[in-house]
Amino acid sequence: MAFILKKAAISALVALGLFFLMIGIRTEAGSSGQLIYWTRFGELAAMVGAVFAGSIVIELLRRWIGPVGGVELPAGVRATFATLGRLLAPALLIFALLVPVIFYKERYLLDLGILVLTYVMLGWGLNIVVGLAGLLDLGYVAFYAVGAYSYALLAQSPLPLPHLVDGFPFVAFSMEQLGPWAFWVLLPVSGLLAALWGVILGFPVLRLRGDYLAIVTLAFGEIIRLVILNWQDLTGGPNGISGIPRPTVFGIPLTPGEHGFAAMIGVPFSPTHRLVFLFYLILALALLTNWATIRLRRLPIGRAWEAMREDEVACRALGINITTTKLSAFAIGAMFGGFAGAFFATRQGFISPESFTFQESALVLAIVVLGGMGSQLGVALAAIAMIGGFELFRGLDQFRMLVFGGVMVLLMIWRPRGLIGHRAPTVFLQKRTEISSSLVKEGHG
Amino acid sequence: MTTEAPILAIDRLTMRFGGIVAVNELSFTAGRRQITALIGPNGAGKTTVFNCITGFYRPSSGVMQLVHDDGAAFRLDRLHDFRICKYAKVARTFQNIRLFPGMTALENLMVAQHNTLMRASGFSLLGLLGAPSFRAAERAAIDFARHWLERIGLTERADDAAGNLPYGDQRRLEIARAMCARPALLCLDEPAAGLNANESAALSELLLSIRDDVGTSILLIEHDMSVVMEISDHIVVLDHGVKIADGAPRAVRDDPKVVAAYLGADEEDAAQVMEGGA
Amino acid sequence: MDYFFQQLINGLVLGSIYGLIAIGYTMVYGIVGMINFAHGDIFMIGGFIALITFLILVSIGLTMVPVILLLVLLVAMAVTALYGWTVERIAYRPLRQSFRLAPMLSAIGMSFVLSNFAQVSQGARVKPVPPIITGGYTLHDSGNFAVQLSNVQIVVVATTIVLLAVFSYIVARTRFGRDMRACEQDQTMAALLGVDVDRTISMTFVIGAALAAVAGMMYLLYYGLVDFFMGFIAGIKAFTAAVLGGIGSLPGAMLGGLAIGLIETFWSAYFSVEYKDVAAFSILIVVLIFMPTGLLGRPEVEKV
Repeated sequence: MAFILKKAAISALVALGLFFLMIGIRTEAGSSGQLIYWTRFGELAAMVGAVFAGSIVIELLRRWIGPVGGVELPAGVRATFATLGRLLAPALLIFALLVPVIFYKERYLLDLGILVLTYVMLGWGLNIVVGLAGLLDLGYVAFYAVGAYSYALLAQSPLPLPHLVDGFPFVAFSMEQLGPWAFWVLLPVSGLLAALWGVILGFPVLRLRGDYLAIVTLAFGEIIRLVILNWQDLTGGPNGISGIPRPTVFGIPLTPGEHGFAAMIGVPFSPTHRLVFLFYLILALALLTNWATIRLRRLPIGRAWEAMREDEVACRALGINITTTKLSAFAIGAMFGGFAGAFFATRQGFISPESFTFQESALVLAIVVLGGMGSQLGVALAAIAMIGGFELFRGLDQFRMLVFGGVMVLLMIWRPRGLIGHRAPTVFLQKRTEISSSLVKEGHG
Repeated sequence: MTTEAPILAIDRLTMRFGGIVAVNELSFTAGRRQITALIGPNGAGKTTVFNCITGFYRPSSGVMQLVHDDGAAFRLDRLHDFRICKYAKVARTFQNIRLFPGMTALENLMVAQHNTLMRASGFSLLGLLGAPSFRAAERAAIDFARHWLERIGLTERADDAAGNLPYGDQRRLEIARAMCARPALLCLDEPAAGLNANESAALSELLLSIRDDVGTSILLIEHDMSVVMEISDHIVVLDHGVKIADGAPRAVRDDPKVVAAYLGADEEDAAQVMEGGA
Repeated sequence: MDYFFQQLINGLVLGSIYGLIAIGYTMVYGIVGMINFAHGDIFMIGGFIALITFLILVSIGLTMVPVILLLVLLVAMAVTALYGWTVERIAYRPLRQSFRLAPMLSAIGMSFVLSNFAQVSQGARVKPVPPIITGGYTLHDSGNFAVQLSNVQIVVVATTIVLLAVFSYIVARTRFGRDMRACEQDQTMAALLGVDVDRTISMTFVIGAALAAVAGMMYLLYYGLVDFFMGFIAGIKAFTAAVLGGIGSLPGAMLGGLAIGLIETFWSAYFSVEYKDVAAFSILIVVLIFMPTGLLGRPEVEKV
């Protein structure tokens, strides 16, 4: 007990050192621009006290719970958990399909569902690059941005491009001719453009490893954002682009008019229709990503990605072209990011560089790592937990990011290998045995 | 001894790292459907020769020519990186085993058939759509992998992670993986290192069967002289990057220069050379 | 030509600040092999601590500028070092034996915590300070353009040089420096030889944070403001500098810092201010294509 108290006292002392100036003194720019300050020793004392008490509680918990965590669960319980685990994915899918039915009246929840699914999709896309190919990408948001801006710019009619270059031949074809089909034509185009940018990024980083790769991808993400921010003639700069065409149900607009979707199927118009449609749209896109990833993993290209993550040298010795393997991972990961971006643009109707900051990349990466690298279900669960949790903290207002960061740290300490800690083999002879993640490499590229 | 043209002819191969000459004007040939051993004291430059042959290093000078059974010839000194395995059909293992530890034994063998399967999957397009032609190719690949798993006695552990296998099994799995790339020339870097007597004997058998039943030529770096003397058709001895002897096992063993090189370098190795032949 | 010299001076001053932050990145990377994403925010905290200390000292009636500066420097270094120590203790030590991405994510989380802690505790608005060090010299006046060297610039560069000298001495000559270099090479072996690895790593974070605090204070003096978000951009640029110089190399970090400072300044001066960061990042990418381990980095030899 004395030991615990001593430890808590030291923690409190450290807290005092940390917080004395930062919490004890509050600075602010005064009315005439000069700095003023006032003291908040009450808050300071409360914080230090909280650290003292918290330290005691944590230490006690560690003593009581610590040994229990190491106890093996009985076989029966573990089997039940395994069955539940297998049922989890189908159950989640059925739930996702039913969300608009159950929560038809709760616009807020539908919106949140759309947001979560967008991140599920981004997570699955980035998972190809980070989880499967083992390439650390800190600038994934760049492809999200490329997708969003490609859609927004191409859908804008007349295109701003001709203003930049006199007599630009593009004017010959106007996006207006596409009319209500704009989204469906431009969605794949946005994905392909993002994939192209994936390859453009891929080339310079082919020879880079580990943290050099991380910083270059981060730099790339920032370059894209800064160019969008500063190329005002094209992108509207910080003001962004508004009036982006909304999606249509395969050509039928979701509007109140007589040609609208509601009139076509003979129900009264409601703005919720669009939300429901957007929900199913992103669900379909996310499932497409999932389907493609699962399929690709079982193809030679997917196995080459994973083999590259495990040992690049051995891959070369087996005749695998590392260049094309890496580029394909970047391109396909980027393509799904581009799809998600186009969806984001059409959902919001407005985009600006603010939506494509490093925080977004970090968030998606956190989802992938927390999910357990390479695990599709894990990524989905992590996206639900992170985005859902983030929304739960909405009431905390300005403390939200603080709590969010802290939770991120704690989650990493609690499960450094992510929620789903094993890898499923892509092919088997007798039986599918899960591989413990302690054997799986994380790549160094 | 056959009169067939050698599968690999190395002519005045030199590899310099900065000012250090690791391999100097080395010339030798590896016989078709034969086991050629490359031996020498530690630091003699054996692995460097391997890295040149298998495309990891670009030699400073010299010519390396590989001729397939159908007469197709490849200049290994002009090919590089993955192309050596893909086109010239040279597969290798590593001194420190380099399996894909987080993938199963079977997956390891599937990765080795990457190029064949890649073509069959229409560069993923046909595969993504689940085309029957790709499914057939994949079944064939699994069968080929199963065949090799049987040969190395690992069928039971096909679905276990490679990183979980015992050391000896990992060594054999790495050889099987190289064989799944259907090589014309198999390069093995110390395959017997760390194996016990039983495992070494099994290894010798495996290598002989690869030579006799599959007809693959083998180039081998090995310190375990009992293995070398037992299975090699031809031995090349390297010391300080220079060839000091070249010939049949018996001739090499009795060569005073070889004995001196080993004695000078390491008494234990020298004793092994003697014993291996005794 | 005068304009060029003026930009050279400005670039070197900015580069000194980046260099000081970059050293923290490169030290931590050298010893634990991770990108300390929170380091930029440690720099920001350093700036805030310096600001608050300065405010207190002035309000209690201290007027001697050199004394104020020295006290602010010491307090900022000490308190910020405590932040560095705490961050390592809470967010990185439990993950030291873990795989590579977990500490990185933990660091990103910590970076969010620190920047938002500053936002919550000190408010979101930019905090300006009146110029503390004024005056300067006109080096050359050609009539239409005068090359200025302000006293602040002299202080920034001089402080950087002095601290670098102290720091180089610590790394090269002291017991701690030797332990640190030993841990960089092989932690297990160092531990077997009696080096307290935990302590050495803690000290590395402490020193890195102290240097970041100096950078924070210099930033405050030079630009006359701090805000809770400044850690991110400065952190990324300093990390870019560390990579550019060759991560793990201490002279490389300083060189990289100067390079980024100069690139940014010259680009702003001759091309466009808006694209100065784009220029810095693009040059990073170009350099890494041709020198994959940076300017002074040790080439990573791949053993086959």
